[in-house]
Amino acid sequence: MSGNGFDMDRRRFLSAAAAAAGITLAPGITLYGIGHADARALDEPASGKVRWGLLIDVNQCTADCDACVSACAEENGLTGHGRPATDAQWIRKVNVRDPKNGVEKSVPVMCQHCAEPPCVDVCPTGASFKRADGIVLVDKHICIGCRYCMMACPYKARSFVHEDLTDQKPYAPRGKGTVESCTFCVHRVDAGGMPACVEACDSEGNGAMTFGDLNDPDSEISKRVAAYATRQIRADLGVDPGVRYQNL
Amino acid sequence: MRALVFILAMMFLPSLAAAQVAGGVPSPSITQGKGDKCVADTDYMRRYHMRELLHQRDETMHEGIRAKRFSLKECVACHATTDDGGKPVPINAPGQFCASCHKYAAVQIDCFQCHATKPEDGKQAQSPSPFPMTAAAEPETSQ
Repeated sequence: MSGNGFDMDRRRFLSAAAAAAGITLAPGITLYGIGHADARALDEPASGKVRWGLLIDVNQCTADCDACVSACAEENGLTGHGRPATDAQWIRKVNVRDPKNGVEKSVPVMCQHCAEPPCVDVCPTGASFKRADGIVLVDKHICIGCRYCMMACPYKARSFVHEDLTDQKPYAPRGKGTVESCTFCVHRVDAGGMPACVEACDSEGNGAMTFGDLNDPDSEISKRVAAYATRQIRADLGVDPGVRYQNL
Repeated sequence: MRALVFILAMMFLPSLAAAQVAGGVPSPSITQGKGDKCVADTDYMRRYHMRELLHQRDETMHEGIRAKRFSLKECVACHATTDDGGKPVPINAPGQFCASCHKYAAVQIDCFQCHATKPEDGKQAQSPSPFPMTAAAEPETSQ
């Protein structure tokens, strides 16, 4: 009995310590992968109860770091031809400056995985679609490459593949004549993981990104969204992006 | 008589060069998969693999169902071969699993404009072990 009492005390102490650590460390340190993304069974469809989202703390993000961009290119096999205007770009760093006070920020921008995606509205074939769990994708089997979605996207998030490709990644098929964009690394998410950019930001970058389920009140991202003032880019458009920014 | 033999030889030589002759019928030379048997009967796969791939493709793309049975990625992982240097050979290269049959049947294959033709890194492709297609047509139990 005394052993049980000790265990209980110890457990209480540990959980209290963990809670305290979460509170005190939260402003400076992003915690990852806690309480999110239990891998589904392989034959189980994506759940509509989940809304995948990404929170980026812009104060943690520095202009000289492009870990997320290079990790994305590596993960999805995005090889360029040295032509920045037309090379595929799923995530990019946008440096913004407030002309009034000269404050500069570096902001990673990718597909914002809107709840009301304009790209889906305009797609004439149904290739552009939103999955049940909020991830916006292009079904390249039915994409005809008209690029309406690229014009409709307020975030300039989509790219068109202009040239023949070889050596694609098995989990990220890409081909000439179709539009593509950030998939939230859907192959990783389906396997219970997190996007490559988030992983790279954690390991090589400054730990500015938190990925998780916005619908789960116990997820790290939901707690942070509840605790801090965060914003969506061009929230006035009413497209309700799943990507949110803190300290922007 | 000599002329007749010559004519017959001219008729059969091209087909001999292009494909193996098994039982008098030319057939493509294809490689065996890695496991004991395919995910379905050979006869079924030969006739309906495209339907299963199409069905799986829509489920995976739109619903995130990633069952492995009729996944194109798994087909490639199982049927791709390696060259002498141990490097994987694209499955749509001449003489490889997909290409040999599709060429024989004169059906264009579009999958690999987008999809990877080699197994994922770390998934070891098999060494080439060509055997006549007719040998694979023996009845197998379905799963």
